[in-house]
Parts: sequence; C-alpha cells; structure tokens
Amino acid sequence: MKKDAIYLSIIILFAVLGGFFIYPSGFGNQYLPWKLGLDLVGGTHLVYKVDLSSIGPQNQGFVLNGLRDVIEKRINIFGVSEPQVFIAKSGDENQLVVELAGIKDVNAAIKTIGETPYLEFKEVIQNGDKIEYIPTNLNGRYVTGAKIEFNQTNGKPQVAISFNDEGAKIFEELTARNIGKPLAIFLDNNLIEMPVVQEKISGGNAVISGKFTLDEAKLLVNRFNAGALPAPITLIDQFVVSSFLGFDSLKKSMIAGLIGTLIVILFMIIYYRKYGVFASLALLIYIVLTLAIFKLFGVTMTLAGIAGFIITIGMAVDANILIFERTKEELKRGLSQMAAVLEGFRRAWPSIRDSNISTMITALILYTFTSSFVRGFALTLLIGVIVSMFSAITTTRLFLKVFSKNNK
Amino acid sequence: MLNIIGKKNIFLSFSAILVLASILAIVFFGLKQGIDFLGGSLLKFSIKDTKAEISDLENIFKQTLGISDFKVIYDSQNNYYFVRLPHLSQSDHEKIVSELKNKYSSFKELSFQSIGPSVGQELRKKSLTAIAFVLLGISLYIVFAFRKVFQPVSSWKYGFITLITLFHDVIIPAGFLAYLGKYHGIEIDSNFIVALLVVIGFSVHDTIVVFDRIRENLLILRSKMDFEQIVNQSVNQTLVRSINTSLTLIFVLIALYIWGPLSLKYFILTLLIGVTAGTYSSIFVASPLLVVWQKLSKK
Repeated sequence: MKKDAIYLSIIILFAVLGGFFIYPSGFGNQYLPWKLGLDLVGGTHLVYKVDLSSIGPQNQGFVLNGLRDVIEKRINIFGVSEPQVFIAKSGDENQLVVELAGIKDVNAAIKTIGETPYLEFKEVIQNGDKIEYIPTNLNGRYVTGAKIEFNQTNGKPQVAISFNDEGAKIFEELTARNIGKPLAIFLDNNLIEMPVVQEKISGGNAVISGKFTLDEAKLLVNRFNAGALPAPITLIDQFVVSSFLGFDSLKKSMIAGLIGTLIVILFMIIYYRKYGVFASLALLIYIVLTLAIFKLFGVTMTLAGIAGFIITIGMAVDANILIFERTKEELKRGLSQMAAVLEGFRRAWPSIRDSNISTMITALILYTFTSSFVRGFALTLLIGVIVSMFSAITTTRLFLKVFSKNNK
Repeated sequence: MLNIIGKKNIFLSFSAILVLASILAIVFFGLKQGIDFLGGSLLKFSIKDTKAEISDLENIFKQTLGISDFKVIYDSQNNYYFVRLPHLSQSDHEKIVSELKNKYSSFKELSFQSIGPSVGQELRKKSLTAIAFVLLGISLYIVFAFRKVFQPVSSWKYGFITLITLFHDVIIPAGFLAYLGKYHGIEIDSNFIVALLVVIGFSVHDTIVVFDRIRENLLILRSKMDFEQIVNQSVNQTLVRSINTSLTLIFVLIALYIWGPLSLKYFILTLLIGVTAGTYSSIFVASPLLVVWQKLSKK
C-alpha cells in the first residue's frame, strides 16, 4: 500500500508540474509556447494549385522545392513571423500551402505571393494578321538576378536580368534562331514587350525595357531577386480569420470546456459520492496531463482540436462509470468494499478497452483519410482517449486504494 | 425493474417514426452541401454601429460583382453577417471588402473562406473514403466483439442488429440537418461527416455492452427464465451505465453548444442528436429488436 501512495504522489507531482507547464503565462511559456492554429490566432491559410504541365516528370520534385523556397523568401521579405510553406499532394494535383499566422494585412500578403513574377519568353509567328506565340523552354526558372538600368538613349528605367548557364544556353539558341524576328516577353501571362532580335546573344543577359516607371522597375527587380516562380500557381483555396474572431473562438471554447468539466464533476460527485470525488480528481489530472502532452509534442491547437479534446473530457469518466457500476453489483453480491472496488476494476476492464477501441478506430481513420482541419480533431481525440484510459483506471485506482485504507 | 421489453412496441414505433421522418426529409429536402464540398466562398463580417439592411447588402453584392448567385444571412445573436458566394478571386474579394468599408464605417471582416471546385471534389472523395473505412472498421470490430456468442441467438444477428442501430443513430441527425437545410439554410460540411463518424464510434459501444450482458446472462439464467425475461433483466442491469456514460458526453456537448464558438454550433448539434439517438437505440431499440427477431424466427 505504501507503494501506491508513492505512485500516486508521482502522478500528482507530474500533474502539478504539468499545470505550471501548460499555464499560458506560466514559466513553461518561455521555453515552449502553445502552438495555436490560424483559426484561433487569426491568420491566412492559402492553397495554391501548381501547374507542372510544362515540366518533365523527372524535374517536378526539384521545381516544387524551388517554388517553396522562392515563396518562403517572398514571405520573409514581407516580415511574417514563422510562416509555414509546404507542398501537398491532393489527388493528382500538386499544391502549395501557405500559412501566415497573426497577419494584419492579408491582401498585401496574398499579393506578395500571388504576384511573384512568372516570366516567359515566346517565339512569335506572324500568320497574316494573326500573331501566334509559341512557348519556349526559357522562363523565370533560369533567372539568377536582376537590376535596374537606364536606357542610354531615352533615359527610361529598364530591367536587366541574367540567366544561369543553362538558361544562357537556351537564350543563345533562341536568339540565334530568331535573328530579325520579334521575341515576345510575357510577365505573369501578360505580354510586356516584343523586341526584335538583332543578333545572337550569348553570356546570358537580357534587358526588358517595357514601359516601366521607376517604381515598377524597382518592384520587378525586387521580385526577380527574391526568385521568379519556376511554375505558375493559382489560388484555389483561401481561409482568412481575423484575430478578433480567432480570439473569440478560443475564449468561447475555453469557457465551454470549463463549464462542461464542472457539470461532469458535479454529476459524478452527486451520483457516485466519494467515488465521484476520486474520479473528478482523476479527471482534472487527465486534463492537465493531456494538455501537457499536446504542448510537449507540439500539437497545433486548432478550434476543431480543442473541440475534440473537450469531447474526450465527457468520455474520460465513462471508464469510471463502468467501474463504479460494476463495483455496486459486486457489493450487492456481498463483497467487502475494497474487494468490490478491485473486482469492479478488474471486470470492467474488457468493456473499457472495447469502448475506447471503437472511438480509436474512428479517430485513426479520420486522421489518415482527411485533411488538415479534421486532422486536428482526430489527433486530440485519439491522444485524449489513450490518456483517459490510463487516467480513469490507474489514477482512480490509486486514489481509491490509498484513501480507502486511511478511511478505515 | 422497468418492463422495457414488454413495452417494446411503443419504443420501436417511436424510433420507426423518427427514422422514417428522417429518411423522408433527406429524400425530399436533400442535404444542402456547403462550400467545402461544392466550392464557393463564405464571408463573415460584423457591422457594429448601424444596423445594415439585408436588402442594402444584397444590392452592394449585386452591383459590385454583378452576380445574383449569393445569399446573405444575419445572425442576430452575435450580430454577424454571413454571405455565401461563388468561388471568388482575390481581387473580387478585395472589391467587396472595400465597398462594404465605404458604406459602413464600422465594417469588420471576421473571416473569409474561398474554396475552388476541385478542392471540394477532393474533400468529398476523402470524406466518402473515411466513411467507408469507419463502417468497415466498426463492422470488423463488431465481428470481433461477438466472436464468442452462444445460442439461442447466433452471433451474426447481434452484429446485424448493431448495424441497424448505428444506421438509426446516424440517419436521425442527418434527417434533422436536412430539415435545417430546407428551412434555415444550414449547410452540411466536412465537420458534419466527422460528427456522424464520431457518433458511430461512440454509440456502437453502448449497444455492445447491453448485448454482452445478455450473452453473459443467457449462460447463467437460461434454465430459469425465458429469453424475453433475460433480455429485459440485462437491459435493466446495464441501463444506468448506458445512460450515465452518454450523459457525461451530452453534458460537455451541451456546454459546447451553448457557450462554445459559433463555427462549431452545427457540428456539436449533430453530435448531440446522434449521441442522444445512440443512447436511446442501445436501450430501447437494440434489445427489443433482438427479441422481435427471436420470436419471428421461432414461428
């Protein structure tokens, strides 16, 4: 019995430490702050479709990684804290997901990403009145740098770009093939200009004169230097939450969780008396330990995730209910209190295990087969159910063993 | 002891009416699919100082975008406006926001979500996969749970009735959402699917607990009582735990429904109805059905 008291003390010690660890303004915050989802702090979740149709299958991975790096750089210029940029595959579609937390000017951010220059060179075929543009291999992927120059004859700003070796070679071939003919330069699918090629250009430098103002030219240079997009992207999914609504959701879920917990505790104590008190203490320890696990493993808390966790609070005492009901039956059969309690634990176990298995099956499948928002829910539900089995059985049993003995 | 089996016709009729009404609601009203399945945009905003007329807002949307395919909903409880629109480009979104800001100085954008049609298709596919796997997983779980069943009722009957009760527990919240969709414009989203799957995972167990007890009692009491009495006694023995385990979950769900965030309201409502239906079915549907089936097969 002394051993039980030691175990119980260890669990309580962990719970107290966990309490300090999870408390939002407690000491744990300095070392490991809570990770809150965009729907709670406010922010922008953007999903872009990446068009890889013009890129050979062997280069796709390389291009996608390049794309991610470029967009990361772009966002860093913009100054968002901890932006998340990652590649996702949805069916056959390649997607780029951008998450910007706590951002104020969402439109500016979307522009920063969306307006990254997509540069293309196209050959021109004059067909009577009709002009046809034939795509070439040369595009922004090969641009290594850009700078502003001023046209020596008219003093207008123009943008000089340089290609890497591979790009330089393509450019050389392209110009050689088109001497005396125009070459079209497209930026973000808009025709910028169509200069006539005078001679073969080697060395990998090109000039876009366009009709830029100084500011436009500067912006374009900045964008090129952050990197041009190696493949075109389109925004297909957008989720923007204001920080006001995010904070409101967080506050409301916490209040609802608190009230829900209190009702459960009241119910357990009124219905099961002394046993209910122990189950409630175990429930509080469960809440603290589970939150500590979420924080320790860096689980991002989303609104759905918090909902999943609050739901496990309602399920966590189920094991206790099964045990206590079984205990009552054993008492009726004439067992002593302590024996009945232990028998209740032993015989309720298969039932507890089975009930949690069906919820775990659901959570696991949801986590595997769905996307981000549902995943948060599935993950907290799964972790919650697993921890609750420990808490309802081990913690409650220790409480009962240690304190029932003292009562006698 | 409550005579649940004796009054089984009343309980079963009550369920049958609810299930029938739900099926009719789904067939005739259909389930209104939200933007995450069909693609589209949802703009949430508040206007604090003045009360904006819905018709004024509608005009703004018509004029700025030249579209008629949208719907403005006002939530008076929170003073929020919701506008459901087709899939918007970022520039259209900006146009609307600046237009609204011009007109109402206290306009505040709360959230904006725009989903392309291809994303919706993908999500629908994923949801259907998840449903299929949960049904498969739970069915396998039922087979596992009833692996040691003895006569007079063969194990597949327990399993089959469990599946019927799961259908009961899922169809009732779905029917209710179909009704809400028809009369209150409430749409189902991927959260709705999640809620139904959680209901399945949760309520399958209560039914298994009752059946487990029937199995156990059949072994001990078969010589002393007839099948109906044994079933009735088993239901009564497990009644309290069936109700209490569901009740604690229902408590937190009610707290979430009343005090929780607005965006989870219908997710929680679906869970609440499903879990309640599940508790009812494990007590008043599963075991009575077992008795009915047993009687029919004896004839």
